[in-house]
Amino acid sequence: MYSRGVTNSGAPTMPDPVARSGLPAARLREIYRLMALARALDERAWILNRSGRVHFVISAQGHEGAEAGICAALTPGRDWLLPYYRSMAAVLAFGMTPREVMLQQFGRADDPGSGGRQMPAHYGGAAHRIFSSSSPVGTQALHAVGIALAAKLRGESAVAIVMMGEGASNQGDVHEALNFAGIHRLPMVLLIENNGYAISVPAEKQIAVRDLAVRAAGYNMPGVTVDGTDVLGCYLVMREAVARALAGDGPTFIEAKVTRLTGHSSDDQQTKYRTADDLAEGRGRDPLPAFRDELRAAGLLDAAAEAAIAAEVRGLVDDATDFAEAAADPDPATLTRHVYAEPDDAGTLSPPPGGGPS
Amino acid sequence: MAVRTFIEAIREGLRDEMRRDAAMIVLGEDVGKKGGVFFATDGLWAEFGDDRVIDTPLTESMIVGVSIGAAANGLRPVAEIQFADFIFPAMNQIISEAARIRYRSNGTFGCPITIRAPFGAGVHGALYHSQSVEAFFAHVPGLKVVIPSTPYDAKGLLRSAIRDPDPVIYLEHKKMYRSVRGEVPDGEYTVPLGRATVTREGSRVTVVTYGLMVHYALDAAERVAGEGIETEVVDLRTIRPLDAATVLASVRKTGKCLVVHEDNRFGGFGAEVAALVAEEAFDYLDGPVTRLAGPESPAAPYASVLEDAFLITPEKIAVAIRTLAAY
Ligand SMILES: Cc1ncc(C[n+]2csc(CCOP(=O)(O)OP(=O)(O)O)c2C)c(N)n1
Ligand SMILES: [Mg+2]
Repeated sequence: MYSRGVTNSGAPTMPDPVARSGLPAARLREIYRLMALARALDERAWILNRSGRVHFVISAQGHEGAEAGICAALTPGRDWLLPYYRSMAAVLAFGMTPREVMLQQFGRADDPGSGGRQMPAHYGGAAHRIFSSSSPVGTQALHAVGIALAAKLRGESAVAIVMMGEGASNQGDVHEALNFAGIHRLPMVLLIENNGYAISVPAEKQIAVRDLAVRAAGYNMPGVTVDGTDVLGCYLVMREAVARALAGDGPTFIEAKVTRLTGHSSDDQQTKYRTADDLAEGRGRDPLPAFRDELRAAGLLDAAAEAAIAAEVRGLVDDATDFAEAAADPDPATLTRHVYAEPDDAGTLSPPPGGGPS
Repeated sequence: MAVRTFIEAIREGLRDEMRRDAAMIVLGEDVGKKGGVFFATDGLWAEFGDDRVIDTPLTESMIVGVSIGAAANGLRPVAEIQFADFIFPAMNQIISEAARIRYRSNGTFGCPITIRAPFGAGVHGALYHSQSVEAFFAHVPGLKVVIPSTPYDAKGLLRSAIRDPDPVIYLEHKKMYRSVRGEVPDGEYTVPLGRATVTREGSRVTVVTYGLMVHYALDAAERVAGEGIETEVVDLRTIRPLDAATVLASVRKTGKCLVVHEDNRFGGFGAEVAALVAEEAFDYLDGPVTRLAGPESPAAPYASVLEDAFLITPEKIAVAIRTLAAY
């Protein structure tokens, strides 16, 4: 159903990626590089976990294509990201470095999002407008709406993108968020990365409809279901959503059908609840080789370019791992710091008084 | 100085802060044209308009969650929860999010929001319009919990709460809205969070309390004064952070401590004060630390006789003071 129009031999049945997306070849290779980097960091995290060096991994493998495509339509520095634990590609797109990702994996003092306080994949980065994320699923939808409300009232041109799984989309907070965003025509986009499972519970036991995007009608906003393994398809949908948001035309609901290539987390064994056929079908929908083949087939990624990207990514991941592993742990004396504001806290990104609604 | 009711002081506090800080917004159910079900926000919509006084859908989690996001992007939201009894749908946003954004981000994000809510019994509000909720929030590191007892403090503490860089739960005993009056200065002033005040000095018994119960404790103190029992009344004003120094100084002087609150006793805030006194002032005590608090019912029932049986009264406090003074 979500076949991507690229055959096993890589023969294209889709239009040329440059023509289709309007993005130059170099930018397309950058998107591929971002996906490859996210994948390699993720794979390294598993190795570190299985060798007892990090306590926990929750994986983004299979989700990179949707996130890379969506983020290609956003502007880091201007826009806000409300990530979830599979947002590895998105946080990289917003400017987090591989070293920062690994500092977070290891829970080191210099982890920019939390200083080693949060579990791996609980991202945050004030410098990149990546809002601090928590574990209770779905809560960040309301934060995205609040950020978008503030942007609108302050006359600031910015889009808030919030990401979560289809399981999380059933939370009441998500309904409350979409309703408010719809009423006030706020510049926000909800991306549901539907991988068909909430841990072990399949979509048909979680969701009464096949395509979540139909829910958008209840909030008076466009809802689009897109093949999340089609990077440029995601980009095109998001480009329109961003244009709408910036034009003051309000929010968009995007559902990207993706595949979860790993167990839910390092503590999950998915063979217990998924059939061999299901797993094989999931593996066949890996966005990384699909996008590579798409670029290859269009002559946009030759063997030399591909090898160069692979070597660069390997180097970055090795460097990030070594750097983070050698980095200092947090000082236990800081355990109860930053419960309340301290004089040196960056605090919020509040503008000086007078920056309020006009 | 002008004499103001409790709710007038709150309304002026909101208005003055909105005039001072263009980033401040007010949001909640019916806070706009109607001015709130108790009229705490009356007049704000007319002065500041739709953008800054926002009538929200009937969704408490949204009210708090959107406030959190708006604060992260430069606004100063003051959220109204129509009744404290309905704050529970927002509990996850308050505890999992607002209270720990600063901690979990290692100080790189803050959450400067104020959540106002009317609470308390004695107005025939029954089970779902009369609860005391302070103990739930007082338990949570990252939150501040303010419960004023006078118009002066209500305005001064509200201004401090709004300017505070951290999330503040600001609880207003609704029975005080129109029944309590007091002097409020015309000009700008604030009352700092986290400082108790000794409202009445005495030598025999310390009563530690907050909110409406401060007034009842003062009434009780008058009743027992004629019997030679000099009662000191400590008004906590902020229960988190707790001003331990003021409580301990008073108990070390009197040697006796009675804690009074309308919230039910088991696991209530009085237990925290009692534990503090037992740990830090044990050598000074010459009577048991005593709690007078709401009974083991979830809230005040509706029928007047039941509600009356539920409520703490000045006379009940006087009885407790006499019993403790007799040690
Ligand atoms: C409120 C809440 N309940 C339960 C959990 C435990 N939990 C973590 S992830 C998860 C499944 C989420 O599934 P989905 O939203 O589809 O995202 P996916 O992991 O599939 O990307 C559950 C049940 C949680 N984090 N938060
Ligand atoms: Mg899922």
